[in-house]
Amino acid sequence: MSNVDLKHYHFDGANAEAIADLRSLSPDDKRQLLMSGVDVEEAHRSGSFMHLNHSGVHCASKREGLELLDIKTALKKHDGLPEYWWKMVDPDKDEFTRAAREHLHGGYFIRAHKGAKLVDPVQSCLFIKGDGVGQNVHNIVVVEEDAELHVITGCAVAHGTREAAHMGISEFYVKKGGKLTFTMIHNWSEETAVRPRSAGIIEEGGVFLNNYVLMKPVKDLQMYPSLTLAGRGAVARFNSVVVAPPGSLVDTGNRILLQAPETRGEIIARTMTTGGTIINRGFIGASAAPARGHLECKGLILNNGRIHAIPELDGSMEGVELSHEAAVGKISQEEIEYLMARGLDEDEATATIVRGFLNVDMEGLPKELEEAINKQIEELDAGDTM
Amino acid sequence: MLIIEDLHVKIGDKEVLKGIDLKISEGETFILFGPNGSGKTTLLMTLMGFGNYEITQGRITFKGVDITRAPIYERARLGIGMSFQRPPTIHGLKTRHLVSMCARDREIDVEGMARNVNFDEFLDRDINAGFSGGEIKRSELLQLMAQRPSLVLFDEPESGVDLENMALIGRTARALLDGAVDPSPAKSMKELKRLRPAGLIITHTGYILEYVNADRGQVMYNGHLCCESRPRDILDHVGKYGYQECVRCLN
Repeated sequence: MSNVDLKHYHFDGANAEAIADLRSLSPDDKRQLLMSGVDVEEAHRSGSFMHLNHSGVHCASKREGLELLDIKTALKKHDGLPEYWWKMVDPDKDEFTRAAREHLHGGYFIRAHKGAKLVDPVQSCLFIKGDGVGQNVHNIVVVEEDAELHVITGCAVAHGTREAAHMGISEFYVKKGGKLTFTMIHNWSEETAVRPRSAGIIEEGGVFLNNYVLMKPVKDLQMYPSLTLAGRGAVARFNSVVVAPPGSLVDTGNRILLQAPETRGEIIARTMTTGGTIINRGFIGASAAPARGHLECKGLILNNGRIHAIPELDGSMEGVELSHEAAVGKISQEEIEYLMARGLDEDEATATIVRGFLNVDMEGLPKELEEAINKQIEELDAGDTM
Repeated sequence: MLIIEDLHVKIGDKEVLKGIDLKISEGETFILFGPNGSGKTTLLMTLMGFGNYEITQGRITFKGVDITRAPIYERARLGIGMSFQRPPTIHGLKTRHLVSMCARDREIDVEGMARNVNFDEFLDRDINAGFSGGEIKRSELLQLMAQRPSLVLFDEPESGVDLENMALIGRTARALLDGAVDPSPAKSMKELKRLRPAGLIITHTGYILEYVNADRGQVMYNGHLCCESRPRDILDHVGKYGYQECVRCLN
């Protein structure tokens, strides 16, 4: 954890001008945004937010019932957000949370007001452009009673950016009967260090669907988002697709705490290394009954990477049902031969199986984001990674 | 079309096929009988070219090409198609996608073909995920229809299939072996036969004989082929006397 040295990065001076229209970005930047699910046309979006280096540069809410603010504005407007600010994440957890507390650059505050059904997603982009930039953001997402919200957040570095570091605190609050879909796409680079610290709470009957995609190289990424299901009937599901090329170190996992009766939690992770190292953690703890949890981590090793799967289940009451399925291996010869018998050569068969493996059905993704993800999978094929 | 000469095959240390000679001509449907463990499936798997089946002696020629050592996909592209008994599940690969890949560069009507085998509702399911015996057969036939092989290898078309589905599978297998050509006064029977795919079918029960127009048959016994006859005659004989007589035949 301490192999990222914060002294290495500068946390001052990379302030950026406001961007009124995301379409004015350079073609290269636009491409990076698009690959992260951000539509610069802002069509079919409930709102858009962009943070560049040390400044919030774009923030536009387009729907009734949606409050979308830069976090600094929100703190001022709502008296420091006492109900939400550092309530799920402990600011003294580690040096990265401390850095984010002491030197806040920005982040988003997104709130779906009671009963608001925001069908179109809110898109956000946390962007780093320039060498040696360290970025501290702190995000808060609130879904009030019976409201529905989908957030797509793309975190990316500009093409050609050398060393960079991203520290992101995210706190999620899903109230009674609310539903949050949170989709995060990471597009880092070989020299980016990343330390998100995320946690959330889900009240009675609330639903949290979390999708995570990482297919590009990253130097060193570590995160372990945690969700507490605190109300009866709450549901949480994590879907992750992680690919680690040579040089990537990815330590990622999900934690679900089932603390109320009739709660359900599911963690599905597909990880693949083409030479990098992946530590894939998963933890479901249940302390109320009945409660059900299922954890699935499947890893595929191509070339000489490493996948260390650590699934954990902790039940502390009669009546809980927890299960897990973990596998780390290679592509099965039987599957390759089956496809070869249909006329595919060995490379085509391998690529087809890998595409299928990474094809986790993620609920509620807009078409263009699905296409962006598929394109990333195609690009994996195109390279010599397989 | 297919010529097998003195074929010996080992699985691990065990010799399973001990000198097989067999010729199948264009448009001919050949039925293979034999008790469990006699080597029937091994013969099919070896013809398709699977890795665990080691050819220690002999030769396989298909359409004049020596394919004894050819990789699986080359055999498939030359026109050999196989219906698998227990195909693997491939997660995330939709049946629809696989069927269209079977056609390679040809445009095909996947939906229409799927309706023919009552399988259109399965097109968006992962291939073979939770398929029943009958569903596997329909899925395999659908893939073969898209692939359009000139030699169909079919391992026990009736296994795991209920009676209702047997008729559908039998008719589809028949259509596959009849090829895409309709009888026409402009072509002679001989020409038509040349256009039809050939078939090599393994059967235990013989139900498939109700549907396909089988030309010849033989019994595989302990790694040897014996008792060439009309398929129905073999079935009747085995039904009455079992495979006992094959031992005598071979000695």
